[in-house]
Amino acid sequence: MSNLKYRIGAIVALCILSVWALFPRNVTVRQPGAGGVMTDVVQRRVPLRRGLDLQGGTYLALEVDESKQAITPDKIPDAISRALKTVRNRIEGIGVSEAIVQSQGNDRIVVQIPGIQDPEHAKEIVKQQAFLEFRITDKTQALERVLPRLDQIIRDKGLATTKGTSTPSQPAASKGLQGLLTDTAKSAGAKNDSSKTDTTAATLPTGGGFSGMIQQSPSGMPGEYLVESSNAQKVEDFLALPEIKAAMPPGKEMLPSNDSTVLQNKTYKGFYVVDAKPIITGEYLTDARPNTSQFEGTVVQFTLDNVGGRRFKAETGRHVHDYMAIVLDGRVMGRPPIIQGAIGTNGQITMGGRDIQAAQDLALVLRAGALPVPLRVAEVRNIGPSMGQDSIKKGFRAGAIAIAVVVFIMLFYYRFSGALAVAGLALYVLYTLAILAGFDAVLTLPGLAGFVLSIGIAVDANVLIFERIREELDRGKTVRTAIDEGFRHAMPAIIDSNVSTVLTAAVLYQYGTGPVKGFAVTLIAGIAASLFTSIFVVRTFYMIWLNRSRGAQTLSI
Amino acid sequence: MLRILHDTKYDFIRHWKKAAILTIAWIVVGLGFLAIHKVNYSIEFTGGTLVQLQFKQPPHIDGIRAVVDQAGFPNSEITKFGSEKEYTVRAQPHSGVTRASGDTTAKIIESALHQRFGNDVVVVRSEFVGPRVGAELRYKAAIAVLISFLVTLIYLAIRFQWRFGLAAVIATAHDVLTTLAFMAMLRLEVSLTVVAAILTVIGYSLNDTIIIFDRVRENLKKQRRESLRDVLNRSINETLPRSVLTHATTLAATLALLFFAGEVIRPFAWIMAFGIFTGTFSSIYVAGALLLWIERKWPRATSVEGKGEARAMAEERRRSRAEGAVVSR
Repeated sequence: MSNLKYRIGAIVALCILSVWALFPRNVTVRQPGAGGVMTDVVQRRVPLRRGLDLQGGTYLALEVDESKQAITPDKIPDAISRALKTVRNRIEGIGVSEAIVQSQGNDRIVVQIPGIQDPEHAKEIVKQQAFLEFRITDKTQALERVLPRLDQIIRDKGLATTKGTSTPSQPAASKGLQGLLTDTAKSAGAKNDSSKTDTTAATLPTGGGFSGMIQQSPSGMPGEYLVESSNAQKVEDFLALPEIKAAMPPGKEMLPSNDSTVLQNKTYKGFYVVDAKPIITGEYLTDARPNTSQFEGTVVQFTLDNVGGRRFKAETGRHVHDYMAIVLDGRVMGRPPIIQGAIGTNGQITMGGRDIQAAQDLALVLRAGALPVPLRVAEVRNIGPSMGQDSIKKGFRAGAIAIAVVVFIMLFYYRFSGALAVAGLALYVLYTLAILAGFDAVLTLPGLAGFVLSIGIAVDANVLIFERIREELDRGKTVRTAIDEGFRHAMPAIIDSNVSTVLTAAVLYQYGTGPVKGFAVTLIAGIAASLFTSIFVVRTFYMIWLNRSRGAQTLSI
Repeated sequence: MLRILHDTKYDFIRHWKKAAILTIAWIVVGLGFLAIHKVNYSIEFTGGTLVQLQFKQPPHIDGIRAVVDQAGFPNSEITKFGSEKEYTVRAQPHSGVTRASGDTTAKIIESALHQRFGNDVVVVRSEFVGPRVGAELRYKAAIAVLISFLVTLIYLAIRFQWRFGLAAVIATAHDVLTTLAFMAMLRLEVSLTVVAAILTVIGYSLNDTIIIFDRVRENLKKQRRESLRDVLNRSINETLPRSVLTHATTLAATLALLFFAGEVIRPFAWIMAFGIFTGTFSSIYVAGALLLWIERKWPRATSVEGKGEARAMAEERRRSRAEGAVVSR
């Protein structure tokens, strides 16, 4: 009798615990409000974490982009773990609550952002390396001396140089306009460039020399060159060639800028020959704020720490009347300003006619710090919020129907015992959801499907036990003995079969990603709850029944 | 007491040949489908971009195709997704775009569609998977299936005996093959969710086989003068009501998913529905016959095993010699 009391106590305690775990509570959710502004809304809901496929959102997987910077494979894990912190800072900077940033394996970073308005924006922000350098433009006309050599290389490479803008591997027919259009559309997106003038780059001079495309800037700034914007991409591609890089004057580099100027109705892009060695990098930066200036348009103002400020002051003091290029990820930001005198801890980056949003983003990534390596997007999933809602609705409908049918089958076939099993099933649903909430597991769409499926499978243990009890009754055992024996004999089969399923689920968890992992978790939680309810809870129900109807001769089963 | 299939005495093992022919024919037909159509991998495995569109009015598929072609993604796959108003576009990374990453494809297609259809079209879901991720996932999925086999084999070897484990694993491998054949016939897309479904089928089928084997183990201990073949038949018959009932409840849940849970989960539900059939079939007709065959091939040493089992085995061997090998040939 006391044994029975403990059993009932355990079941009731678990029920209370489960209800408590599932009790609706206030959750702050960031939602797109009027005008697309993200606002925090306090909602009262069941604390079950929904996966991105159920609530809508963006999943991003990032990996090291080896094409931009050579990195040996053994350095990747370290780079990823350092990049993880930066990416996390940036995502927090956008202001998304409930976002998850974690590493996957040791070569990938996964970012999960629920309910975001503009996934492209988030993508651009985490992708940007944000490596800031300050370099002095070249005063020695060094480029002039190597121009014949550069032209020679372009001539020698002949056909190969056209590679940069279109692919020779493609059949000629599909190469034409279409290829160029997508190409420019892509580069416009990838470069973050606001000047859309280069979308007219349909006519490219073929195999032309290098010097023919660049001209000295009439401004007289040392190291400043102008390239017609239709040729800008081509020059950039040339500059990326290893042969060209090698032929540059020693200690100098030629970099494109984000700025364009209009001269005699033609748009030109600036290119700058600068010292390869920066006077200072962005590692000393402590703060960056977007601002609008009357003359320079949008700017980002930054502050350096004391050490950086001292170095900056010393370096700029040495370079008074020189021009200083502010280089972000290999691109000169705005026209290099002239150094009037030693600069201390404050400076600003000109955004080259781009909007305040771009300045905000740049300020954000600068504050969050540079990525140790350039990253590229390996995987993106966007799920609209309506789709998630729809999935939840349908999933619950399927679950309700499944439960109804299973309840009917059990009641129809096992009568009174079936009713006990159904009561057990109700507790099963409660416990499983509570386990998911308690472990803060993520409920995904496959997980929801797994849960519905598990309702069908959960009664299996009951069925096994009931069939055993029937067999024992057939052998003429009394009701009490038959129940005892039934449970005892069914046990090995139940244990073995469930352990093997748990093992399979564990493998799924280990090797699956995202939604599939969620599926494995619900499966395991379901099995645990099902074992407990069918073995322990239903047994207890029988005990209560046996106590109530002392000496029952027949069992409805 | 309502009873179905109570106290049956079917000779299931006798039909092993018919079962084998049926199942091999099924797999061969499935392979035939595969040879014609190739495996239909989802973008998770191939890499590329998927955009799911929801229209206000049912659009003309050629209209969508024209827009997508013009956006620079010819050869994209455009398919209806459930209702008349929903379509998916599957685009491969453009071969001309090697320098830029392919993650902007969805954006390009989306803006092109907005230009043509205006607000009549909403992108409800988009996915981009880089080529390396795809290759990695394919490898991981295969590894997951293999490891789950290995782990179960080890577990069953510990709990039962390696013979039971081997028979159960081969029977389950059979289920994977028939399920793959079924997928080829329906041309279901192989996605991660589908891999999860296959692994669930593996778990379910193993579960079923283990229930029967557990009964075999128990009956062998009872020291009856019975051949292994009779023990197998008896065990299958004894567990028949349970099999039918559990399959009924599981099938009910699966059909609920198939008909009511929406388009995204449908491939999963199809595979589960078939898996329940093949799992039951294999544990009744395949696993038992396999165990019998393995016992013939590698008879167990009499001294090591329990008395009753050993006697049953010895009996079995004697009889099979006398009858002239019914099963193995």
